[in-house]
Amino acid sequence: MSRGIRLGIFAVGALGLALVLAWGVAGLPDFGHYPGPYGTVLNRVAVPERHASNVVAAVVFDYRGFDTLGEELILLAAVLGVALLLRSGKESKEERQPMASEAVRAVTARLVPVAFLFGLYTITFGPVTPGGGFQGGVLVGLSLVLLYLGVDLAAFRAVTPTPVVDLLEGGAAAAFVGMGLGSLAAGMAFLQNFLPLDKIGILTSPGSINLLNWAAGIEVASAFVLLFVELLNYLEAPE
Amino acid sequence: MIPLQLVSMLLVGAAALAVVVARDVLRQTLVNAIYWLALVLLFVVFQAPDVALSAVAVGCGAFPIVILLGLAKVRAREHGSRE
Repeated sequence: MSRGIRLGIFAVGALGLALVLAWGVAGLPDFGHYPGPYGTVLNRVAVPERHASNVVAAVVFDYRGFDTLGEELILLAAVLGVALLLRSGKESKEERQPMASEAVRAVTARLVPVAFLFGLYTITFGPVTPGGGFQGGVLVGLSLVLLYLGVDLAAFRAVTPTPVVDLLEGGAAAAFVGMGLGSLAAGMAFLQNFLPLDKIGILTSPGSINLLNWAAGIEVASAFVLLFVELLNYLEAPE
Repeated sequence: MIPLQLVSMLLVGAAALAVVVARDVLRQTLVNAIYWLALVLLFVVFQAPDVALSAVAVGCGAFPIVILLGLAKVRAREHGSRE
């Protein structure tokens, strides 16, 4: 196919896309005018009902807790898939030279605890301020990966023994499902709150949202570490 | 729309274009992380801090690392086959 014909086809396609896009954008509601009732209702009822000053956390772990269960299990399934495909049982034993210079190693070794703590903070205060199990979990996982990138492989392996991370991953996912089934068994709705609510704006205020939030945080952090460990073992494994 | 919102949208557009224009995969991975950083700015400006936190953790951390590991494996294999 000659260049001219290809450009012609592209021009027709681009023009069509531009027209449809312009038509779609013209039909959008005005900027800043949200027409759906769902957000307005939640903004009004979430804090009085669930005592979570971060409405997002109330949505994620209560109003749409069942969706979150699906998201957790997607992550679990993804990590299981990677582990099933890549896990060979052998870790490379050879001692690799650290990739980073002395200065980078010294700075990173001191930054890792800070990043780890920030991840834990993001999980803990998720129901009160922006953050939560998913965001904080990735931060915790990343802070451990930083050990490999900035210090060395041995340090990373020392803090992430695979059997322990496996157990945390499966255990946290099971805990989330277990809390849902437990509330069903007690005659309540799936994932309904079963702990006393406290004054709005403090850590204990939203009841069992805290437990679900922590289950999500541990699950996401372990998933990310496992994903990295499996890819790393695959990378280091001799062909 | 306040000017800051317009600026952040233009930044996202420019960064997205830069990802497409970067042809080298390694460079594209890093430019993509910058694109996500622009998105994070957009989310903050539009008052979605929860989404911003997710985006910074996934787009600037997790996603590039997974891609980089994949690239390292591919390069190791290419290197091995040449020897």
